[in-house]
Amino acid sequence: MENLRTPLFDWHVAHKAKMVPFCGWDMPVQYTGIIDEHATVRTSAGLFDISHMGRLSFGGPNAQALIEHVFTNSAGGMKDFQVRYGLVCNESGGILDDVLVYRWPYGWAMVVNASNREKIVHWLNANRGGRNVEMIDQTLDTCMIAIQGPKAVSLCAGMFEADPSQLKYYYASPTRYKTKPCVVSRTGYTGEDGLEVMIGKAQAVEIWDDFIKRGAKPCGLGARDTLRLEAAMPLYGHELSETLNPLQAGLSWAVKLEKGEFVGRAALEKSKAKSAPVRVGFTVEGKRSAREGSLVLSNGKEIGKVTSGAFAPTLQCQIAMAYVPAEFALVGTKLQVDIRGDKADAHVVKLPFYQRPKP
Amino acid sequence: MDPKTLRYSKTHEWASLSGDVVTVGISSFAADQLQDITFIKLPAAGDDVAADRSFGEIETVKAVSDLYSPVSGTVAEVNQPAADNPDLIKNAPFGDGWLVKVRVAPGSTLNHLQSYDDYQKQVASEAH
Repeated sequence: MENLRTPLFDWHVAHKAKMVPFCGWDMPVQYTGIIDEHATVRTSAGLFDISHMGRLSFGGPNAQALIEHVFTNSAGGMKDFQVRYGLVCNESGGILDDVLVYRWPYGWAMVVNASNREKIVHWLNANRGGRNVEMIDQTLDTCMIAIQGPKAVSLCAGMFEADPSQLKYYYASPTRYKTKPCVVSRTGYTGEDGLEVMIGKAQAVEIWDDFIKRGAKPCGLGARDTLRLEAAMPLYGHELSETLNPLQAGLSWAVKLEKGEFVGRAALEKSKAKSAPVRVGFTVEGKRSAREGSLVLSNGKEIGKVTSGAFAPTLQCQIAMAYVPAEFALVGTKLQVDIRGDKADAHVVKLPFYQRPKP
Repeated sequence: MDPKTLRYSKTHEWASLSGDVVTVGISSFAADQLQDITFIKLPAAGDDVAADRSFGEIETVKAVSDLYSPVSGTVAEVNQPAADNPDLIKNAPFGDGWLVKVRVAPGSTLNHLQSYDDYQKQVASEAH
């Protein structure tokens, strides 16, 4: 089957992006280089085409009930225009996806991972029960663009009817860009301040060019990955999967067992007592990167596998995440990583690896 | 070196024979593919290398790639400046960015490797 293309595909190709297949889409992995684009986001403003992310909208009298039923975090506790991170779990508490839920005065929205879009749409339908909900998958009719970095919000001054600098972190506003409806959300996946904008696909190139004219620089999925890794944000398929639960992933803050019944709650309640391997971060000595699948060792004995690892451009050192038994998860614990046959020393550190300076 | 006079492996290394020493590097096509090099691992002088076997690696932010030796022999010299400064490999893959010199058995040839023209055909088929 042909890969899907975002409304910005032709722009990326015309501007010499290196395109790669990603979760059924052809996506730009880099333009000028990962390190350069990474630094742009940490110091200025980077622009990402994230139209591959799934965008679902919900209406109808029972929309809230359906979301509450499949979402580990509390939907009912959200204010209008608030955005909340959480998980969708199966009955065993395994993670089907990590998602953002948006609450509007008139309905709800959910942004899901590209790799899981069809699975989650199917899951929502399968769990709908008798609830009266209208769900629309808007992914292919819209685009989604992230502008991220310390200058991201100020670059957008005057662009939208509603001033994005007035948005609180993890809030969103339905507004207009040149008379066309759009959503501007103060969220992101880079560890920096910034916005994510959803707008009709016909406006994609115009708004993208506008961001660039204002000083944002296009960045690919390569930099998005090193940025989120420094910020220790989990990536589905790496730190998250159906065989892992949110508690061991360090996401208990996004699981509200006290909110009442939801899919996976009973299993998660039980697993609280159990000692499952937990997600840790560590720095690795030397110049070689630990990669996904590298063995993590303690005194020569295998205790886990690396889920993500790379050179951290901002921190200028090697970092990685893995699942290890809780006894090895204490900050300062000395471990080793097998990097293609050579053992490199590693030290468990506090997550996130990188935190943006307070304004 | 003149790229047209070199011989090439399927894995994008070039080789040049002078006496019984073969100089080895990577092609400009390979160098252009490698963005954001973070580390280059090369063997030490005196190490044995074998044809089609890994003799080192080039690590980028995104991934690690093996370097394959086009010939069998003993490493006579390592281009340490290139290992320390990957820009040399990016900017002059056929010149100052060479990687190792390998002493081969007397009478060895590079006939098992591709000519420049054949290598260009391989590159054209991989470039899209």
